[in-house]
Amino acid sequence: MEQIEKIRKQLEQDKEKVTDLKSLNDQRVAYLGKKGYITELNALIKEVEDKKTFGMEVNALRKEFETFYEEKKQALEQLALEEKLVKEAIDITLPSKKIKRGSKHPMTRITEEFEDLFVSMGYTVFEGREIESDEVCFQKLNLPKGHPARDAQDTFYLKEEYENYLLRTQTSTAQVRAMEANQEKGPLRIVCPGKVYRRDEDATHSHQFMQIEGLVIDENVSMADLKGTLELFCKKVLGEKTKVRFRPSYFPFTEPSVEVDVSCFKCGGKGCSLCKQTGWIEVLGAGMVHPNVLEMSGYDSKKYQGFAFGTGLDRFAMFKYGIPDIRTIYGNDLRFIEQFDRLEDTK
Amino acid sequence: MKLSRNFVKDYIDLDDALSIKDIAEAMTGVGNEYDSAGALIPCTKLITGEVLDCYDHPDSDHLHVCKVDIGKEVLEIVCGAPNVRKGLKVIVAEVGAQLPGGEIKAGKIRGVVSNGMLCSKAELGLDHKFLEAKDKDGIHELPPDTKVGIDPIAVLGLDDEVIDFELTANRGDLLSILGMAYELGAIYHKKVKEMDCTYQSVQENITDQFTLKIETKDCPLFLAKKVVGVTIKESPDFIKNRLIASGIRPINNVVDISNYVMLETGQPLHFYDADRLGDTLIVRNAQNEEKLTTLDGIERTLTEDDIVIANKKGSVGLAGVMGGLSTEVEADTKNILIEAAIFDNVKIRKTSKKILRSEASNRFEKGIDPKRTYMAIERSCHLLEKYADATILSGRVTYDQIKAEDTVIAMTQEKLEKVLGISIAEETMISILEDLGFTVTKQEEKLLVTVPTRRLDIHIEEDLIEEVGRMYGMDKIEGKLPILKVTVGTYNKTRREIKNKLVGLGLNEVFSYTLISKEQARQFTADNFTPIEIADPMSEERTTLRYSLLPSLKAIYDYNKARNRKDIAIFELGKGFFAENGYQEQEKLAALLSGDYYLGIEKQKFDFYMMKGMVEELLDYLGYQDRYRFVTDQNMPKEFHPYQTAKIVLQGKTVGIMGKLHPNIAKEDVFAFELNLDNILQNRGSRMTYKEIPKYPSMEKDVAFLVAKDLPAEEIITTIKKAGGKLLQKIEIFDLYMGEKIGKEEKSLAFNLTFADPKRTLTEEEVMEIFHKIINEVETKHKAKVRDK
Repeated sequence: MEQIEKIRKQLEQDKEKVTDLKSLNDQRVAYLGKKGYITELNALIKEVEDKKTFGMEVNALRKEFETFYEEKKQALEQLALEEKLVKEAIDITLPSKKIKRGSKHPMTRITEEFEDLFVSMGYTVFEGREIESDEVCFQKLNLPKGHPARDAQDTFYLKEEYENYLLRTQTSTAQVRAMEANQEKGPLRIVCPGKVYRRDEDATHSHQFMQIEGLVIDENVSMADLKGTLELFCKKVLGEKTKVRFRPSYFPFTEPSVEVDVSCFKCGGKGCSLCKQTGWIEVLGAGMVHPNVLEMSGYDSKKYQGFAFGTGLDRFAMFKYGIPDIRTIYGNDLRFIEQFDRLEDTK
Repeated sequence: MKLSRNFVKDYIDLDDALSIKDIAEAMTGVGNEYDSAGALIPCTKLITGEVLDCYDHPDSDHLHVCKVDIGKEVLEIVCGAPNVRKGLKVIVAEVGAQLPGGEIKAGKIRGVVSNGMLCSKAELGLDHKFLEAKDKDGIHELPPDTKVGIDPIAVLGLDDEVIDFELTANRGDLLSILGMAYELGAIYHKKVKEMDCTYQSVQENITDQFTLKIETKDCPLFLAKKVVGVTIKESPDFIKNRLIASGIRPINNVVDISNYVMLETGQPLHFYDADRLGDTLIVRNAQNEEKLTTLDGIERTLTEDDIVIANKKGSVGLAGVMGGLSTEVEADTKNILIEAAIFDNVKIRKTSKKILRSEASNRFEKGIDPKRTYMAIERSCHLLEKYADATILSGRVTYDQIKAEDTVIAMTQEKLEKVLGISIAEETMISILEDLGFTVTKQEEKLLVTVPTRRLDIHIEEDLIEEVGRMYGMDKIEGKLPILKVTVGTYNKTRREIKNKLVGLGLNEVFSYTLISKEQARQFTADNFTPIEIADPMSEERTTLRYSLLPSLKAIYDYNKARNRKDIAIFELGKGFFAENGYQEQEKLAALLSGDYYLGIEKQKFDFYMMKGMVEELLDYLGYQDRYRFVTDQNMPKEFHPYQTAKIVLQGKTVGIMGKLHPNIAKEDVFAFELNLDNILQNRGSRMTYKEIPKYPSMEKDVAFLVAKDLPAEEIITTIKKAGGKLLQKIEIFDLYMGEKIGKEEKSLAFNLTFADPKRTLTEEEVMEIFHKIINEVETKHKAKVRDK
């Protein structure tokens, strides 16, 4: 029993000597190893009388050591981990590893915005062709050969054997294509965005640009429906306060025809440099589909009426993003394109 | 069309209280847009004066110091004009006057005070074509009897206002003062006044001495009259000033009258020197290669699409476009043959596009009211008698195949409401139509509207609806939302997703031109195709429709590179064109990559395998996983690196190309690919269906082979796949080694193989059996050795 007491006392002293995992392990060997103090105490059991008490005492001592050992080990490991973590500290202000961000061209953005808006109103996006016949681009739109209104659209005709083919000058070709494709010759609701080409180039004209055409055919659609539709569209695209104004005009494929002005979104209609002090900006051409156009594509103009509208997508992109020169849009300077690299706030 | 307010006032009473802007805006409101509206002479604070005294400037060899009486005071003005002198009546711009050249300020000129400016006509803002040499060299000399202290513009007769209209192509009728008067009359509810076409004629009859032969269907109406004994001189001021306000240069009284009548009626006239013309006039189509010298002295070569006027000797004028030199009215002309005709508008358009677009040809193109043809020839006789001392022969040579009559169109209130979406009272409709000069009679529910011949643009009920609508006010239409059957709108989602994917992969979308040069069109492709060219290109750079998008991307790369841009990753989705059974359009996707892809401290440049990864990612995303291959080929476009380029083959069909650009065309490492989306998307059929998640564990084995350096990895994979059978689920190459530890002509490829059976757990023995079989196969087939670890 004295032995036990002696070792217990020694243990108290040895506990203080433990500073790290290695010295802790040394103590474990010293106490619980093959020749450890506590192991050796076990051997003494043969020699004592009160074996039961002795055994209990040794066990208690072993327990004490083990408790000490486990607690100390955990504490030391925690300490070691903390030290390790400190060493692993990094400079979180260093640059990240990532790929460059891509960007979607403003013309795609505006096209998708318009498509979404019209699709939500039940329109189908109709894909047209860029090479068209004179017939589809002009004649079936009520512009026979030699018609003076062709002047407004200087045309790229194709060479020789494709003489009667051209690069479409307007997405209005989609009116003809969609009507001809409709076997039932019944109601239609389409928009057609796309590239168009005119033999003309300066600061406000590019020989290639983009338009979107809309067409609704039904038994009872009127100019009032056209106005309501364009009001809704312009409000969504240019802001809820936008007002829409109809001015009579002329397009061979619509009758009546109107130019559509919107209240200037920059000054709100007070007059500024953008609207040339008028408070209004011309944005669309529209009208009721000319009966000749309906008939030429197989529609019964007695039964069906339609309205159509068209506008330059480039113009809207220029308004929306404040781009002053159309040539910037097709210039493909990456410093321009990269500006359109994030999700837009679409309220 | 420039509208002179003074001119139109001959035919309609316009309230003086209306400003020219008011009138212009009112016209815009009914569909006639204008470019500008304002005073013909846009100047303020001008006053007539008399030079009381004029002496040389003490400090200058050409300046004069003048004392000028302007009625209310006498001004001291320094003037540099050589013609300034004592007693002259002059145009004075007072201090504060606004002139086109700027504001007049008081100041000292070389030490002498000058309180204003003496003006030349040039300084008043008249277009140069209206100025004579004396108007540019010196100040304007007003008539000696001019009062001092009044408005000099009124003295000059230039106190007019002008609206410059940009008319729509259908309103040919508005290319005349009369047409404008009718339109303004409809707006302001005023009646149009009659035109004076009266004159005396003598016994002598044109039909006795003149023969007209119309030998073409392109001239449905031709009228001729003859006047004799004209005096060629300057026109009276009112004619000159109205021509100037209308943008036409006065020449002499006879020529001016032909222009004046054209402006009034919209009918172009042509005056021939009757003696030079002879007694016969023929209208016919030109012969191919026929030559004619026009008024401007240029010899023209004609085709059978041109209409010519000829006499017995040959052609003397290009009908509707330009007269000929040989029969022109000149200073010694005495007798005149007047032509008033209508020529086919399409033919005139063709000819004038080729030769000259003139005031006359523009009117022929847009169409002419046949009644005006008659009116114009009579009016010109009236004016020639009055202002050129002409004696008018009786009779008229007439060829008229048109026999124009007013048309009657029926319209209903119901239809108008159906088209416009608003209801307009019948009385309102009638009064609008009557204001426009139409006659309306009621027949039950219908209105029968008689449309005068001058409105060539009105044919159908919808045209009348537009007339009523535009005068009523298109903007009074209240917008409403159409009530239509519910339908589902659709759009091309795939295209959008492709763009999103590429943007997500870090690429910037570009939009380039379809038209490129002939040389470019053949680049970046080894395909055998027929390019499509433009008949009349704007420049050498834009002659051909592109087949591949890559030439455009390369140009964009060069553009940005030249602006010190190093990292370029761009793509475009657009059409490629070629001729085959007509013309073909195919949607293509192209991308070009150069510079760094990964950013940060450990930047990483683009390489072939990154590009390959993008192509795979896109094709896999579109549902083509394991259905495409990359193959090399001898026949690669010369713009690509011959040993770092692959064709992309999808289900046996080449659908694209990818590779490094040839160092000949790009010094840096540039990679590019192009996919034919139409071909790729043709057979899309990947529906997503659920596959059961494996219940049993899989087993993995690694092996590295030493093989010949030039052996494509794909061949080993094929062998492994074949030997591995059904239980081999996945093969992955995880290491490539070439270097000192192995032979010079060798490479080591390490594979990770995954084995599994969805129905049970595999045993080590059976997997090892397959594994050894694989090793065996690869070793024998590819002369490979397993590389020891």
